[in-house]
This record gives sequence, C-alpha cells and structure tokens, in this order.
Amino acid sequence: MVTRSGKGSAVLTLPSDTEILIAREFDAPRHLVWKAWTTPELVKRWWHANRGTVIQADIDLRVGGRWRWVSVTNRGQEVAFRGWYRAIVPDERLVYTEMYEAVQQSEDDEGTLNTVTFIDLGGGRTLVTMHTETYSREVRDMIIQSGMEAGMQDALDLLEDVARSL
Amino acid sequence: MNDLVEALGISQPQVSKHLRVLREVGLVDAREHGRQRLYRLNGRTLKPIYDWAQRYERLWNERLDALDDVLDELKRGERDHGDQVR
Repeated sequence: MVTRSGKGSAVLTLPSDTEILIAREFDAPRHLVWKAWTTPELVKRWWHANRGTVIQADIDLRVGGRWRWVSVTNRGQEVAFRGWYRAIVPDERLVYTEMYEAVQQSEDDEGTLNTVTFIDLGGGRTLVTMHTETYSREVRDMIIQSGMEAGMQDALDLLEDVARSL
Repeated sequence: MNDLVEALGISQPQVSKHLRVLREVGLVDAREHGRQRLYRLNGRTLKPIYDWAQRYERLWNERLDALDDVLDELKRGERDHGDQVR
C-alpha cells in the first residue's frame, strides 16, 4: 500500500487486525525531527493536515506527563486527542497513550498505545515509524475510517466553497 | 508451489492451506497445467482495502508534508546560527 503526495511519501501498513504502522523518511537530522514532534509551537504548524487549525498542543514531556492536542476543522468542529507519556528516550523513542476524546467510553479507557521511533539514517536523514496498537479490530477500523471521513469533509468543504462562489 | 515452499521456508501443507484461503477470498486464481496447479495473484481484489486505507494515508501525508516545511526552517536556523549539534 503506497501512495505519494507532495514531496514525501508516508507508507501505511496494517501488520495485524489491531495494529497500524506508518513509516516516513525526512531530509533532516534526527534531533530536529524530535524537536518538531515534541515542541508545542512547532506541532501547531504541522499537525493540522490542511484540515483546520491546531489551537492547543500541550506537551508535558516526562514519563507520566500528559499531552492534549486540539484542532478546529475548517467547518468549525473541535477535535481533541489526549494521553500520557509512558516512555521517553530523547531523539529516539516516544511511547504514549492516545485517546480521541469524542469516543472515550469511560475514565479508564486509555485508547491506543503509540510508539514513535526516530531512526538516524546517516547523511542528515531520519526515518520515523509510528506504530499504533489499538487492542481491537473495531478501534483499528474506526481510526482508518476517520481518514475517510476527513476526506469526505474535504470534499464537502470544497463543495461549500464552490456553492458560495456561485 | 515448490517456489513458494522455498521462498517462504514453510512446509508444503502449510503453503497449500494458505493458498486455499487466498483462493477462497479471490486473492489468487488457480488453473491446472498438466500435473501442476499454477497460481496467479489477483490484485484487483485488494483494491477495496487499498481504497479504504488510502484516505488515512493521505491525511498523514498532508500532515508530514507540512512537517517537512517546519524541518527545512529548523535546518536553516541551525545553519545560520552555526550552533551545530554534534
């Protein structure tokens, strides 16, 4: 499963019914990729995925520390994710829980377990792998489907723009 | 079949079992050729799964393309200030 858009190319694979794996190479040294991933002001500049604005990117970067990232879509819908850091190896590895607040069932529902690994490829290049353990096929499917909904949302936004311009 | 046994390093019964499942869901087509059975991959069956996952992949592509721009700026910043991290 490989698609290309823009200058980079993220590769998505589904290693099992409950896992999602995304890999992407960057033409930047590892410490800078780590910095862009763990600094609120920088996260705000790339997490939006052209679907809205990131209004909050709280990062308490220590084991047990909490994070909460909130976006507002182009249609005004607030989308919030949060979790806590389970393991931190600076420049190398970040392990954290992730919960989409809108679907949280109970206080002890922690959502998925994500592991982001930063691999130094030499020559100032870095490979980032993002592994998500969803613990259930339903959650895995829901996450994959969320991309589909975002795509639909894009289409609706475009339609609205076109409609407005008439 | 022998090629697959060799390439995968698993036994022939195991390969047969996998191929039967793949055939049942239409991922491979099989036809008899003398004493051999030839299998062909039927990629079209994977298309719905590909389509299903593609938008999520696109979401991440757009996100990480924006990260490229942030990284370009950080690289320039380090170069200009000469504070090389070693």
